[in-house]
Amino acid sequence: MKILVTVKEVAEVADDFEIAGTAIDETYLDYDLNEWDDYAVEEAVQIQEAGDDVEVVTVTIGPGRAEETIRMALAKGADRAIRVWDDALDEAPLLDVEAKTDILAAVVAEEEPDLVLTGVQANDDAFGATGVSLADEIGFEWAAVVNGLALDDGGELAHVRRELEGGVEELADVELPAVFTIQTGINEPRYASLRGIRQAQRKEIAATTLADLGLDASAAESELVVTAMYEPETESDTQYLEGDAGAQATALADLLREMGVVEG
Amino acid sequence: MTILAVAEHRRGELRDVSLELVTAGRELADAADAELHVAVVSGDVERYAESLDREGVDAIHTVAAGEEFNHDVYVQAVAQLVGELDPTYLLMPNTVDGLDYAPAVANRLDLPLVTDVIGLELDGGLTATREMYGSKVETTIEVEPPVAVTVRPAEWPAAEGVGDAEIQAFDADVDDSLVRSTVTGFEEAAAGDVDISEAEFIVSIGRGIEEEDNLPLIEALCEATGATMASSRPIVDNGWLPKSRQVGQSGKVVTPQVYLAIGISGAVQHVAGMKGADTIIAVNTDPNAPIFDLADYGVVGDLFDVVPALTDAFE
Repeated sequence: MKILVTVKEVAEVADDFEIAGTAIDETYLDYDLNEWDDYAVEEAVQIQEAGDDVEVVTVTIGPGRAEETIRMALAKGADRAIRVWDDALDEAPLLDVEAKTDILAAVVAEEEPDLVLTGVQANDDAFGATGVSLADEIGFEWAAVVNGLALDDGGELAHVRRELEGGVEELADVELPAVFTIQTGINEPRYASLRGIRQAQRKEIAATTLADLGLDASAAESELVVTAMYEPETESDTQYLEGDAGAQATALADLLREMGVVEG
Repeated sequence: MTILAVAEHRRGELRDVSLELVTAGRELADAADAELHVAVVSGDVERYAESLDREGVDAIHTVAAGEEFNHDVYVQAVAQLVGELDPTYLLMPNTVDGLDYAPAVANRLDLPLVTDVIGLELDGGLTATREMYGSKVETTIEVEPPVAVTVRPAEWPAAEGVGDAEIQAFDADVDDSLVRSTVTGFEEAAAGDVDISEAEFIVSIGRGIEEEDNLPLIEALCEATGATMASSRPIVDNGWLPKSRQVGQSGKVVTPQVYLAIGISGAVQHVAGMKGADTIIAVNTDPNAPIFDLADYGVVGDLFDVVPALTDAFE
């Protein structure tokens, strides 16, 4: 059995930042493994540990910089990685769902996985759509926002829980092969062990271009054009409690007494 | 020109987002001088259609197929409806179920997809507003129609009034061999010891607490003040508090007199569960945290200094 896990390196923005054009100034960005993908990797590695002969392959669309993040996934137990990047992708201002779908579908055609796990969304652009779009493109069944996953022994069915709104979960049986978009909380992502980190250094990260996948530069084109980025205007008239922590706490205590929710 | 909005229901109830989609669709239809059509798939479609018949809806298409949401049925039915109506803009909800079918519909019909939009404007093409980086920034995105859009819940008001839409059954040709997943049941995951939705004073903690070992700090505050402890999602994901304590879209919706948010940034999923509180007080080190956009009172400071001092004030 082969599991393909999509791993995205996402940008995290510093508390104070500046916007340059239609993006956040690079100075204020830190890069990390997408939180949802961390859970997807863990889920794949747990399936690998529970089964016989399960290979876990990660795929990332991202520049050379992303290899540090990819090594984290390898250190947690993924067997090898594919990293797709080239000049066309580097120059693309935005990769929309369709572009990511086409690229990942080409990787699926090469790798022929039995199961694809993605995060529900990425915490930078948060489109939350690539997994389900990919499933439709490659003819796999799917389930979105999965917070419980058990593969049936026969290998033809998965029993999933989907986390709906309001504390309700849906139970569903899904035919395999399938794409599951994994929700946080489904498992406890491990920390990489020292041994894992050492082993990850020797694992393969296959640098792959669009041409390698049989795609041309048009695969990086997006029909969505970002025309502006700005900090949202706040309509709030928040009243701030000033001073040091002691003064703030005293003011806050007075406030809570005034509102009658605390006595004493 | 036609705008098509797809309604959502669950366990016999039309969900609020459906009437919000009608409003968003009506605004686009007015701007484009277009017709607004609404589709409702599965369940008691005739009853749903009656509720969806609000002012400004021109036609409602009902697709009788099964009881509950099934994405394989939805994708087929919506794709066929789009084939028939050729809408310029296709609006779907940005909900857990919406994200379970909308991307597949867009892919199958080769439509560009913009998800989780909080604003829509017509200016030749469509300009959609959406957030990035956990609500820290907003972006505008231009896209040429036809286009598929998923609309964030609670951003548009529910449509009102009584309409005189033409309600018609759409005979979708659903191929059962393409239905490869089956809903077997629902479970209440958030049942627990305490019903936080009944609490009048909630102290809620988020990522800022950093470690499970720091929880006693908050427990002491709750004990000294009689507050009920709740949390944002990451605390429950980490297993530090039970699901019954989670406030937000996938947890509980609370409406206390006072909601004291400690170390919570205020992601939209959390806000969905607490914005109805009478008074919101936020403690956070980051002065730009989105939680301050809706807080009535703000404390910019370190919870590890402020919380013990606050507890002391009541002991």
